[in-house]
Amino acid sequence: MVDPFVVDLSRIQFAATAMYHFLFVPLTLGLSFIMAIMESVYVMTGRQVWRKATLFWGTLFGINFAMGVATGVVMEFQFGMNWSYYSHYVGDVFGAPLAIEGLMAFFLEATFIGLFFFGWDRLRPVAHLAVTWLVALGANFSALWILIANGWMQNPVGASFNPDTMRMEITNFMEVVFNPVAQAKFVHTVSAGYVCGAVFVLGISALYLLRGKHVELAKRSMVVAASFGLASALSVVVLGDESGYVATEHQKMKIAAMEAMFETEPAPAALTLFAIPGADGRPAFQVQFPWILGLITTRSLDRDLPGITELTEHAALRIANGLKAYVALQAVKADATDSGARATFDAAKTDLGYALLLKKYRPDIENATGEEIVKASLDTVPDVWPLFWSFRIMVACGFFFIAFFALWFYKAAVHRLDNQRWLLWTCVLALPLPWLAIELGWLIAEYGRQPWVVEGVLPTFYAASGLKVSDLVISLVFFVALYTALIVVELFLMVKAIRKGPSDSFGLDDDAEPVEPAEAIPAR
Amino acid sequence: MSVVPLDYEVLRLVWWLLLGILLIGFAVMGGRDLGMGMLHPFAARTDEERRVLLNLAGPTWEGNQVWLILGGGAIFAAFPPLYAVSFSGFYIAMIAILLALILRPVGFKYRGKIADLRWRATWDWALFVGGFVPSLVFGVAVGNLFLGAPFRFDETLRVTYEGNFFGLLTPFALLAGLVSVAMLVTQGATVIAARTDGELAERARRYGRLAALATVVLFALGGLVALFVLSGYRVTSPINPVGPSNPLGKTVVLEAGAWRTNYGLMPWMIAAPILAVLGSLVAWWALGARRGLVGLLGSSVAILGIIATAGLTLFPFFLPSSIDPASSLTLWDASSSQLTLFTMLLATVVFLPIVLIYTAFVFRVMRGPVTSRSLGKNPNAY
Repeated sequence: MVDPFVVDLSRIQFAATAMYHFLFVPLTLGLSFIMAIMESVYVMTGRQVWRKATLFWGTLFGINFAMGVATGVVMEFQFGMNWSYYSHYVGDVFGAPLAIEGLMAFFLEATFIGLFFFGWDRLRPVAHLAVTWLVALGANFSALWILIANGWMQNPVGASFNPDTMRMEITNFMEVVFNPVAQAKFVHTVSAGYVCGAVFVLGISALYLLRGKHVELAKRSMVVAASFGLASALSVVVLGDESGYVATEHQKMKIAAMEAMFETEPAPAALTLFAIPGADGRPAFQVQFPWILGLITTRSLDRDLPGITELTEHAALRIANGLKAYVALQAVKADATDSGARATFDAAKTDLGYALLLKKYRPDIENATGEEIVKASLDTVPDVWPLFWSFRIMVACGFFFIAFFALWFYKAAVHRLDNQRWLLWTCVLALPLPWLAIELGWLIAEYGRQPWVVEGVLPTFYAASGLKVSDLVISLVFFVALYTALIVVELFLMVKAIRKGPSDSFGLDDDAEPVEPAEAIPAR
Repeated sequence: MSVVPLDYEVLRLVWWLLLGILLIGFAVMGGRDLGMGMLHPFAARTDEERRVLLNLAGPTWEGNQVWLILGGGAIFAAFPPLYAVSFSGFYIAMIAILLALILRPVGFKYRGKIADLRWRATWDWALFVGGFVPSLVFGVAVGNLFLGAPFRFDETLRVTYEGNFFGLLTPFALLAGLVSVAMLVTQGATVIAARTDGELAERARRYGRLAALATVVLFALGGLVALFVLSGYRVTSPINPVGPSNPLGKTVVLEAGAWRTNYGLMPWMIAAPILAVLGSLVAWWALGARRGLVGLLGSSVAILGIIATAGLTLFPFFLPSSIDPASSLTLWDASSSQLTLFTMLLATVVFLPIVLIYTAFVFRVMRGPVTSRSLGKNPNAY
């Protein structure tokens, strides 16, 4: 077995590098579309202020994008480096969407990003606009394939275990691609990215209005950001609800943990607004809304929502059944032609992963005691309270964004963007919120799936590489040092570029004379 | 899977070939920028020259690097055991590559943002490291494929690796690393020579000619050592090219001269090392004769020849095991399932041509010389 300390360090490293990477991804997703919208307006109206806006946000986009690219390669390589048994065990399924991501999405994004920055004076405006849209599309396709891969870890459809190769293999590729969890997560995640981009543009534009600088560009940017943000915030909450519904089908334990719901709730389940944990880790005091949770998660009034206790009992049964598969698997390995053992294995193989949970307690799991099975079944419960609170903060952010963008959409519509200074400050103060909500969302998705790396198929502790502690210490030290230095540099350059503002965008002065007669009447 | 219309054996061979094509793609395309990164502090002396160099690579380097991402993805998807064993076994080496690669995007983008000499000098060296370390370590890794790596599988196909980073740095592996460095410096130099002018281009020509000759000498030396000094690996049990992907079902021996076996079976293979040497010599000549595109072409052919030589010599091995030869990974027993290989092939057949078309479009738009005079007022120029 892999040293548990190595497993912990590997998990910390993966979580830290993934969360760091995802500081940059949502802004890329959101800002690319906002730039594409701005440049579309430029091409349609010919007004230079929109070109200038596209260039300005493009400069910030570039500073952010470099970090996304730099930290993205790390993600692809780490599966093999730190999770080699995972890579062997599910590579047949999981590798395909990752490779297709490179082929269909990242190639598109990365090839055209160069033209986006360097092609302004080499392409006709319409052609450059097409390039910008292709960059945005590439970034979003990229998210699609990554979330298909991640969706499979949450809900491993379209694959089954092959005893001859000791791994999961694809049985139906279309099921993997059209996995309902993946589709719900994709739209939820990219919408969150759009919200992030919109808050970013709104916040920085508000800062300009507060200082009375770059007013034209800031106001126009705010109009785009408020409209785009409102649509995205609605989408992120509605599709987050879809995620909740889908998770109820496939990840009941995650829902129960997020709700700190230890006992099964009779239908329709109440939604806990907040709760205070008692000494036993269970809610000692809670404020609940009747019916709401049942409606969200089951979309019905008559389906019970199983609690943690009931789900662990269910897990114990699956462990016992999984052991039958495990024993049969040993017989198949000893004699590949033993068709009786193969039949037994096939009947129970969907629970094989549950049996592997016992590997934490003994190598010869076929001899596991009832007590060990109970212990392993309790391991299927994720850490309740971090999930409970992360979920509530994330949802609160989501509803805040709807109200926030609705307000700014209204203010943009009535041309009253800068009449209340204190309101402009809410835009500036809201800047960190999308990142908070997004990181917490990933925490719920990934930490809420524990102890599994692939839900019900492969326990996390069983999936790690057999590295030495010293290997992990070296890599962690270097990652922490380099990533810390780079975030300092990145923020420094961001602030510098924001301070400098769009004034010397190339080919134009701040108060440039219109180039064509059509632009003679800028809307001031 | 009877639903798959292509034979498992054919699919495995096709993916072996595609993996080679992707690696050659990375070395030819990404190698331009890695080579320019290595030449950055030496060929370009003034800040202006360095900016020319960065803006020469700038518009296309990100797309070029995707060949590496795709290569990594293809190993994961098409040969998961190879991905699992090599990436975890070579852990510290991979970390070195990653840290170096991280420096590149930020180096390109951030260097020009501040007009301070120390700031720029720091990024200059970051860009050099970002070019040199991956070039060297990828070569060292390929060298280790010939030597075998100290890993074994247990019956659940969990891999145990018994070596460490310094174990990778044998003389032969370092020689392979130098071949890689020399070949990519040549590639970078031919791009600089073809696309810019003045002192910068002159220095690139000198370094490039040196690197081209070094490529020939080091490659020939490495080849002789691999074929006549090193012991090689040979599969001794019958190969079932349509069998399940389980490496443990075969026997493998380590024996003197085994890396010569394929040259006896497939004499046409000798074309690969010949292309490697001829391509390098053409690059050497063209750099001197100021034939920019011919030099780039020669250098690219050399890369193709060198990688093809390694792949064909090792065939059917990917990564032999030095402590438990039966655990060695070959294309016949370390692949994905037939259905995955087929699905991935469909995706490749559809998308790779599209990628090539738009990549060609971008290179066409960005064609032409990049000189100190052409550094415009573009705020996004490096």
